[in-house]
Amino acid sequence: MDFYPMLSTHVSRCLTAITLCAAVFLASAAGAAEKDFLPAIVYDFGGKFDRSFNQSASEGAEKFKKDTGIAYREFEITNAAQRDLAMAQLAKRGASIIVAVGFTQASAVEKVAKQFPAVKFTIIDAVVDLPNVQSINFREQESSFLCGMAAALVSKTGKVGFVGGMDIPLIRKFALGYAQGVHYVNPAAEIFENMTGTTPAAWGDPTKGAELARSQFGRGADVVFHAAGATGIGVMQAAKDAGKFSIGCDSNQNYLHPGSVLTSAMKSVDVAVYRAFSDAKAGTWKPGQLVLGLPENGVGYSLDEYNRKLLTPAIEARLQKAKADIVSGKIVVAEYKAP
Amino acid sequence: METYTLIVLLLAATIRVATPLLLAAMAGLFSERSGVIDLGLEGKMLGAAFAAAAVSATTGSVWLGLGAGILTAVALALVIGYACITHRGNQVVAGMAVTIMVVGLGPTLGLAWFNLGGQTPQLDGVGQRFTGIVWPWAETAREAPLPGLLYAELLSGQNLLVYFAAALVPFSAWIFYRTRFGLRLRAVGENPHAVDTAGISVNALRYQAVIISGVLCGFAGTYLSTAASSGFVRDMTAGKGYLALAALIFGKWKPWPTLGACLLFAFTDALATRLQGVALPVVGVVPVQFILALPYVLTVLLLAGFVGQAVAPKAIGVPYSKEK
Repeated sequence: MDFYPMLSTHVSRCLTAITLCAAVFLASAAGAAEKDFLPAIVYDFGGKFDRSFNQSASEGAEKFKKDTGIAYREFEITNAAQRDLAMAQLAKRGASIIVAVGFTQASAVEKVAKQFPAVKFTIIDAVVDLPNVQSINFREQESSFLCGMAAALVSKTGKVGFVGGMDIPLIRKFALGYAQGVHYVNPAAEIFENMTGTTPAAWGDPTKGAELARSQFGRGADVVFHAAGATGIGVMQAAKDAGKFSIGCDSNQNYLHPGSVLTSAMKSVDVAVYRAFSDAKAGTWKPGQLVLGLPENGVGYSLDEYNRKLLTPAIEARLQKAKADIVSGKIVVAEYKAP
Repeated sequence: METYTLIVLLLAATIRVATPLLLAAMAGLFSERSGVIDLGLEGKMLGAAFAAAAVSATTGSVWLGLGAGILTAVALALVIGYACITHRGNQVVAGMAVTIMVVGLGPTLGLAWFNLGGQTPQLDGVGQRFTGIVWPWAETAREAPLPGLLYAELLSGQNLLVYFAAALVPFSAWIFYRTRFGLRLRAVGENPHAVDTAGISVNALRYQAVIISGVLCGFAGTYLSTAASSGFVRDMTAGKGYLALAALIFGKWKPWPTLGACLLFAFTDALATRLQGVALPVVGVVPVQFILALPYVLTVLLLAGFVGQAVAPKAIGVPYSKEK
């Protein structure tokens, strides 16, 4: 049975080649129309429509297209070997800036950015130290802190859950901020923390996500926060089915299950992508590191007509107060350090 | 009491995780007992999962979804049957080919129809999913002493497909060991020449077995996309078809032991999701990586040590031809 993954990789490699050819063809067609400025974006596992992290990035790119009328090229990763290839192809075909979404692209960006020093690269969620690379990171722990507070404020059992995707430092960052926020409101609260897996497949396993959420509900949790990409869809569905609350991640996911989604930990990946594109166009793009947190409005929690009834004005007031305290430095949210 | 609650919840999760495995393993049982290796389980399940979610999303009826799932799985099963039975092709290759085809085809069709990156729309309307059926007095029973919780969590609140899967095991055992069809099916997997000599068509029997396998895979796939979760996601079977095949071998190609194997696999999986971050006596908190590897470690140990000799149907994997 071992030959299955091998075969499937083989097939997806063939598919990659075909997709690449198609992408190159389309790109050259587009290139003729728009010679001077050509932005491009490469999505991570989970895909452009994960209703979460990657989707947020794609919304930023779409907004740029709408505002400026400049088309962009895009590529969806379906296997690890595609990254370098896709980026190198985009760079070769005259992309002015390539935005790489997700920490797993770091090594590919490093490699390709060295090969094409004239092309600008922006990587989100990782740091690559090269003269033509801009690294944008977020202080996810700050929005997670506020979501943890919201969870503790609505929880009746004093027990809340967290479901992470792949077990990596980035997700630990979410978990740590969340736990700190929960304990800030209710020091006695109990937190159940689960990771879906240790491979990238953990971003796309809603069945497992739902099972993890159910196990937490079984232990008494009544709010669950996911930081698990498409796996989170299952987590939120399980919360809805069980009549519990869930907290969305990365994109505003309040609309998915109105009345069950308490709020979403927002991460302005869309703003980051939009800024990278428009800065590059205006010539104000700079390499180096950029860290966005609450003060820069890079992260936050979402409040709209779908969760207005759940986040009462009293809760909102407490969250706003805590937000101001974090911005002023009165509350320090700990950052996860990989051991 | 706390421990008791945990154990009951663990068992409830075991049942939920075991259901798709069991359905797929029973599907494999019919096919393999007739002498056709069923490596297409994964593909048939995945195809059914996609068809069920897609049809349920467009029509709003999970029953039509189930129908579409079954039809798709049967169609794929017939492809395997046509290649392996009619044309005596290699069964391993045919099964793998169907699986690989579906892995690519599902997301591609999904992309073309729904424009959601290969997923189907979220199923959250009334009647678009199989949801739990709460039995009478379940909530009252929950408050009652020990057996009450067992009733409320384990028996009540499962969805229809779970009960179907549970009923399937005794039914399959009855078919295999108590009916003429079952006797012939077993015979055709052991010695097709003898069956042929008795004037019974080997090919017709094998086709029937393969079609039954398709129907059951249809149920398994539908469970994944419309009961366990709410919509189709790329590669959502995540190797369950192969795990079902392993359970089938582990269960020595017999219905009841196969049920035991499925429950064991599901139990280790459910245990793994619950042991994360829990402080165990003596050893303390075990690292996540170890917990996640636990089901596989346990499986290898059990397969190596305790299963004993598993004897496959004699004619499995051998295409039947009258001349030989």
